[in-house]
Amino acid sequence: MIVTTEKLTKRYGDRAVVDEVSLSVRRGEVYGFLGPNGAGKTTTIRMLLGLVKPTSGSARVLGEKPGTQKALLKVGSLIEGPGFYPYLSGRDNLRVHAARRGAGRTHVEAVLEQVDLVGAATEKFRRYSLGMKQRLGVAAALLGRPELLILDEPTNGLDPAGMADMRDLVRALAAQGQTVLLSSHLLGEVEEICDRVGVISNGRLVAESTVEQLRGDTVLLIRADPIEKAHVLVEGSEVHGDVLHVRQADARALVRALVHAGVDVQEVRPLRRTLEEVFFEMTGAA
Amino acid sequence: MGSVKAELLRLWKWPATWVLIGVWLVMTLTFGYVFNYLALNGGTNTRSMSQQQLIGAMQPENVGAAVVRGLPMFGGAIVLVLAALAVGSGYGWGTWKTTLTAGPRRVSAMAGTLGALGIVVVLLVALTFVVDLGAAVTVASLEGWDWSLPGPGVFEALGASLLIAAMWAGFGVFLGVVTKGPALAVGLGLMWAIVTENLLRGVGSLLGPVEALTEVLPGGSAGNLAGAVGGSGAPGVLTNLSGTTAALVLAGYVVFFVGAATLLKVRRDLV
Repeated sequence: MIVTTEKLTKRYGDRAVVDEVSLSVRRGEVYGFLGPNGAGKTTTIRMLLGLVKPTSGSARVLGEKPGTQKALLKVGSLIEGPGFYPYLSGRDNLRVHAARRGAGRTHVEAVLEQVDLVGAATEKFRRYSLGMKQRLGVAAALLGRPELLILDEPTNGLDPAGMADMRDLVRALAAQGQTVLLSSHLLGEVEEICDRVGVISNGRLVAESTVEQLRGDTVLLIRADPIEKAHVLVEGSEVHGDVLHVRQADARALVRALVHAGVDVQEVRPLRRTLEEVFFEMTGAA
Repeated sequence: MGSVKAELLRLWKWPATWVLIGVWLVMTLTFGYVFNYLALNGGTNTRSMSQQQLIGAMQPENVGAAVVRGLPMFGGAIVLVLAALAVGSGYGWGTWKTTLTAGPRRVSAMAGTLGALGIVVVLLVALTFVVDLGAAVTVASLEGWDWSLPGPGVFEALGASLLIAAMWAGFGVFLGVVTKGPALAVGLGLMWAIVTENLLRGVGSLLGPVEALTEVLPGGSAGNLAGAVGGSGAPGVLTNLSGTTAALVLAGYVVFFVGAATLLKVRRDLV
């Protein structure tokens, strides 16, 4: 495991912003940390980076205590938007960051290329578009070849093209075997690029599994006539209006049996819950 | 070392660093030489300084006193602003977050900032010395005075200047960390350096204990050290404490400001 937390909790006064969160991120995966705004994602991440001290519970990052030099040098992060000196160019900002991380100048050029910012490297950071700023943030996170990349809402504020670029970048990194912990409130984003997902709501981790597992079993929708006869014939089926829902069924065998019994089968299709439906169910969001 | 290098790189390329150093150099030249030179050549001497005193203040051999006399108040205020901006701005820009997640321990990151600011302070004092010496030599040559370069005593004045500037820089760092932003840190710092201590000195003329207190406040002890090493004729320069006492009090302030700021930086959550 690259990251493990055990009942990690952060309280401000009586309010638990993060409440006994136990999660685990495996090497080589893209882990989606999903939750509505204010759910506790950023606070959890800040605890993983040692910026915020937990009230109780524990965490290990690459086997080290969060916030220690050993842990931080193996982690690259972009938290709640990039933090750079506005008067410095993109390249100089990376040089400053590289000096702190002990990374060489050649690596600065390599990461600039990786995020496609070589052409704008001499421009002042304050003149960058939001998308360029985010990419520079990812470039800084990649300095020092970290084992774990933590990206907190990397597509926040980006236009659709910028979001697509960022997703492509994360996908490319994942394809190279980079472990990524990606926090987001955008379900499509998580569904598209993450291997496993942790869902946090009101500070509590309400689920942690693969996207497939979260969606649950595939339900087969059958529209047939007469529906009552079909319901009797198909064991374990449920009537929903004028259609049947059946879990874990062999569609071909089912259709053969219904047709053989004289039932007119009009439609058969898998009915899968989207991650969005699962998310709303779990978080209680409307 | 990586942290110091990183901080130096960003301070070196920060326009504010050079603007503030430039403003200070213009001030020290204007108030230390230009006005005195004009007064010597037909101006009205409103400070009751004799011609000999004006000449003495501008002699190259007295350049150490010229460097140190401006630092207790106006020079100090500029150093304070620079330090408060350097530290406080990092909260608004989010660069503290980037710094503290880059790898170095928090103490090392803070030491990097303090080290780089220390180097800027040394540079500021050195530049002040060079500019003042250049101005003094120019005036002496123009006036045809017999002049000589400063003696070893100049190191005492420069050492005092460094200590005074370090104290104001420490005060700025402390305010930047406490207020977590540049605006309030600069505002509070300037108010303290320029207004509050002067008001307390005014009250001190009525109340003895307050007067004694003002001698050991940051500006008061800086003024006393400047006065002890020969600085005179500038606002904020005092001569009520011995040089050793003033230097010890100032060193205490440096330790307190730097220590408290580092402790806060290390222990406080960055949210």
